[in-house]
Order: sequence, then C-alpha cells, then structure tokens
Amino acid sequence: MTTFRNLVSSSSLNSVRDSGSKTIESMKKLKSDPSKPPRYSAAGLFVKGAKGDTWPRVWREVDLKKSYDVVIVGGGVHGLATAYYLATNHGITNVAVLDKAYLGSGGSGRNTAIVRSNYLTPEGVAFYDRSLTLYNTMSTDLNLNVMFSERGHMTLAHTDSALRTMRWRAEVNKLQNINSSVIDPQEVKKLAPSLDVSPNTRYPIQGALYHPPGGTIRHDAVVWGYARGADHRGVEMHQQTEVLDIMVEGGDGPDGKGRGGRVTGVRTNRGDISAPIVVNCTAGWATLISDMAGVKLPINTHPLQAAVTEPVKVFLPTVVVSGSLHVYVSQTDRGELVFGASVDPFATYSMKGSLEFTEELAGHVLELMPNIGRMRLLRQWAGLCDMTPDYSPVMGFTPVDGFLCDVGWGTYGFKAGPVSGEQMAEAIATQSVPKLIEPFKLSRFEDGNLVGEKGAAAVGH
Amino acid sequence: MMLVPCPNCGPRNASDLRYVGESHSRPNPNEVTPQEWRTYLYMQDNPAGLLKETWYCRSGCRQYFTALRNTSTNEFTNHPLPGNKTGAVDPSFHYVSESKSDTNDGASS
Ligand SMILES: Cc1cc2nc3c(=O)[nH]c(=O)nc-3n(C[C@H](O)[C@H](O)[C@H](O)COP(=O)(O)OP(=O)(O)OC[C@H]3O[C@@H](n4cnc5c(N)ncnc54)[C@H](O)[C@@H]3O)c2cc1C
Ligand SMILES: [Zn+2]
Repeated sequence: MTTFRNLVSSSSLNSVRDSGSKTIESMKKLKSDPSKPPRYSAAGLFVKGAKGDTWPRVWREVDLKKSYDVVIVGGGVHGLATAYYLATNHGITNVAVLDKAYLGSGGSGRNTAIVRSNYLTPEGVAFYDRSLTLYNTMSTDLNLNVMFSERGHMTLAHTDSALRTMRWRAEVNKLQNINSSVIDPQEVKKLAPSLDVSPNTRYPIQGALYHPPGGTIRHDAVVWGYARGADHRGVEMHQQTEVLDIMVEGGDGPDGKGRGGRVTGVRTNRGDISAPIVVNCTAGWATLISDMAGVKLPINTHPLQAAVTEPVKVFLPTVVVSGSLHVYVSQTDRGELVFGASVDPFATYSMKGSLEFTEELAGHVLELMPNIGRMRLLRQWAGLCDMTPDYSPVMGFTPVDGFLCDVGWGTYGFKAGPVSGEQMAEAIATQSVPKLIEPFKLSRFEDGNLVGEKGAAAVGH
Repeated sequence: MMLVPCPNCGPRNASDLRYVGESHSRPNPNEVTPQEWRTYLYMQDNPAGLLKETWYCRSGCRQYFTALRNTSTNEFTNHPLPGNKTGAVDPSFHYVSESKSDTNDGASS
C-alpha cells in the first residue's frame, strides 16, 4: 500500500528527475542548436590559444547582390535587430543591411549603454518594458554574453517640481507593473554612499525615482550578437556601402518621389540594388535618407557627448541621473566612470567634442560627488542624435509605399533596439502596424497626437 | 564650441547665445489648415549643409538674428552686419569658426 508520504516523496522525486533530465536535454539542445551561432567558451579560448588557431569571421563578407527582399539602411542596433528578427521570427532571410562605415559606428557604438523602462507615458513604458524583457534573455538567445547588469537606476530630484514629476512617473510605472518608486535622501545615500545628500549643497538632493530593473549592457556585444545571429540565418551585412539615393516611382514630388510613391530600390557607392522594401535605420542621418525618398521628418540632428575616467575600484553600484544638473554617471565593470549629459545646444552633423561640455560636466559631477575631484578623464567623444519634438521615436510606414522608418531615437534609442527590431520585423512581414508601435507613427505629427516623453528622456537617456 | 557672429556684438561663443532653430517663415494662422500649421511647427529640413537659422543673443545684445551656417563644418558663410538683423549673405566674407577636420573615432566604452 502506498502511503501518502510515499506518494509525495516519490512524485516529488520524479519531478526532480524530470526537471533534471529536461535541463540536461535543453542544455544539449543549446549546445547543438543549429539555429543559433556557436557559443564562445573559456575552454574554446584555451584550446584555440594552445593550438594557435585563427578565429573564424563573425559574419561573412559576400558580394553585393542586385536585388533583395528587404534592404535595411544603417548597421546600428536598430537595423541589425530588425534583420535578426525578420530572419528568426518570420523566416525572411533575403535581407541586406547596408552601412556607410562599419557596424556600430553610429550611436550604437558610442552610447553610455543605459537600459530602463521607467518612462512617463503609458505608451513609452509598455514599449521600453518589452525591450528589457528581450534584453533579459539576450545572452542565451544570441549565444553571446552581452553583460546585462541590472544594477538599478536612480533619477535624482533637486526641486519640488522634479519630485512631483518623479511621483507621477512612479505611479504611471506601478500601474503597468514596473518596479519603480520614489525614495528619500537617506535611502539615496544607502544606495550610493558617494553622493553628497547634505542640505548644504547648491542643489540639495530631495529624493529620487528608483528603478531596480534598470542598468547597463555591453553595447558592442549587442551589436555584434545581432549581426552574428542574423548572418547565421543568411542575412548579409555590407559595410562601407553608402546609400546615395532611393528610387521611388509614382509619387507626387520631383522624380516621382514623395507621397503616393512606391520604392523600387537604392543606389549605393557599390551599385544599384532593387528592393520592394527599404527601411531607414540611420538615427542621426535619418533626415538625409528619408529626403532621398521624399519623406519629411520632424527631426533635428544634435550631437550628444560623453566622457570616461580612468578605472578605479568599484564604488558606485547604481546608475545615477540628475536632470537639474544635466549629468548622469555609471561605473563600468572595469571601474571607469562613464558620464553623459544632455545634447549639445545647436543642430549639427559635426561629431566634435567641446571644452564647454567637459567643464560643465566636471562642475556638476563634483557637486554630486565631491570626493572624486582628483580622478582623471581618459576620453571624450560624441555621437549624432535624431531629436524629435516629443522625445519619442518615429516608427513604421510612411507616405511612400515600401519605405519604412525606425528613427527619432534621440538620446535614448539603444535600450529600444531589441523591441524596435522585433516590432519593425513584424510590421514588414505582416504589412500591418503592431499595436506596441502604433503610437509612434509618423502621421501623429500631422494629426497632433504627440507622445510627450520629455519629462523622462531629456537627460536620463 | 563654436563662434557665432552676432551682428551687434561680433563673434561670441555659442554658449552665450540661444539656438532658436531653423528659420521658417510662419504661415498666417488665420488661413492655414491645422495640418499645414503642424507641418510648420514640427517638420524640419535638417540639412547636412547650408542652413538658415535663428539665434538669440542671450547674454549680449538680446536681439534675434538670422545666420547661414554649414551644419557639417559649422562654418558661418555669411556675416550678419550690425543692424542688419536678417543677415544678408555677404559672399566676400567667409567666417571660419572651427577647423575643417572632422574626425572623431573615439568610439565607446
Ligand atoms: C553619447 C551618447 C550616449 C547615449 N546614451 C544612451 C543610453 O545610455 N541609453 C540609450 O538607450 N541610448 C543612448 N544613446 C542613444 C543611442 O545610442 C541611439 O539612439 C541608438 O544607438 C541608435 O541606434 P540606431 O541603430 O538607430 O542608429 P546608429 O547606431 O546611429 O546607426 C546608424 C548607422 O547608419 C549608418 N548610415 C548613415 N547614413 C548612411 C548611408 N547614407 N548609407 C548607409 N549607412 C548609413 C551610419 O554609419 C550608422 O552606423 C546615446 C547616444 C549617444 C551619442
Ligand atoms: Zn549680440
């Protein structure tokens, strides 16, 4: 006779065994999963090193074909993620990603890699939260360590009105199940002991919006991971391939471009390519590409600068943002402090750094963390940001048939790479607008339905 | 950063001024459709090249003026003359505020 006790223990044993064999099964699957590119491992590194082997190319270099089903302009995280999800989720692999320089040479290789979902509008929150979900499983999905570090994200409030916006944001966030709350200066001090929370500073810290799931990621790894994954499924990446013009027929503008037209292909420095679908993923250069199709965009290109210090022992556990002081900072795993600010105050395509930026940055950082006065800056750089009036992107279809945009990413677009790729791929494959990106359509500017994110995106990217 | 030629104060650092944006002529609000008005409000030319733009001399003469700048090199190609707030283009004047080289390969960390 089986006792209750036996029953329980034997069934639980079974389930343990079951789950154990399942894990082993899934591990085996992971190892040999032909749909994914191979994994890098410490053992592999050792063997290759010992044998003096060369490493295989991460993505193929092939000749440019005369036609593709989809041509993606711009090899940053958005273009590559779109290509990757077209191939994995929809089996569309006759795709070319074209970049005038090298993959990740735009904002995707220049950003400060902050990811979070505590935005201000319900549309924004839902969208960015999906991206965080994708980032969470990215290392396994791409078989590449993208070093996602959920170290927490803190936006400081120095004024009553800032604190009010934080409360508003926290409530919007909580309603959508996002871990986000307002904390007081004592809690701020506990989370980041190096911050000066005393009331005697010029802009005393009055509290903060704390978002534990936010953090940082290795942006290069994300770019390479998507490129490798897309390549593995047959997508072609073409670097040093600059799009010079877009061919459109039947539109109401000059040369048949513009509203009512239909895309037939692109002209590049390496020859013409015909394609029924062309996607603009060129961020800071977005206007130049959409002009080629005769589509007007509500975008101004501004540079955003960032800087990094020498590495020191890790002392700053979270990402810290201060809107009032126009600065944010995080510490990398190597120990460098990475600083950023708001965009440069005038529109330009020049990516030159400026002394004003460094001076202002240093002054403001020292107000927050007076103890780091003797740290040395290593480097500073800039990238181009495609700013929209409402600090939200422009995604989906345009008045030119077959010409799609995934632009307007401003200073906050890296974190949106995965979800944008996923949704744009769906839009292309189904020829309809997915619900998540519906609010970000280009026609919202004609209709006057803007998605105001400035309160959550002006400094804290 | 960049020297901006104010017609009243002469060349001044860009941080002394406020960048107002592209200068577009405003349509008559009594005659346009809401769509046309929003196009005026939101749509931008954003060229990589010559741009006609408006500046406000915030910490100098407190006047608005129009200038012509190359957005790829940040050279001002006109020199708004004192009192001429519309900034007539004087082709003989070539205002160079930054050297031409535009290399920045300091990527990321
Ligand atoms: C300093 C800095 C800090 C930032 N910090 C953050 C952050 O913390 N968090 C965050 O989420 N976002 C951040 N961003 C924003 C983020 O980097 C961008 O929004 C994002 O990388 C945009 O990705 P993308 O793929 O759309 O474009 P990009 O990565 O800019 O790629 C566009 C590509 O298009 C190519 N291209 C342009 N013209 C042509 C042409 N004619 N033909 C072919 N190719 C062309 C370019 O070479 C480029 O590689 C930051 C940006 C900067 C500059
Ligand atoms: Zn002046």
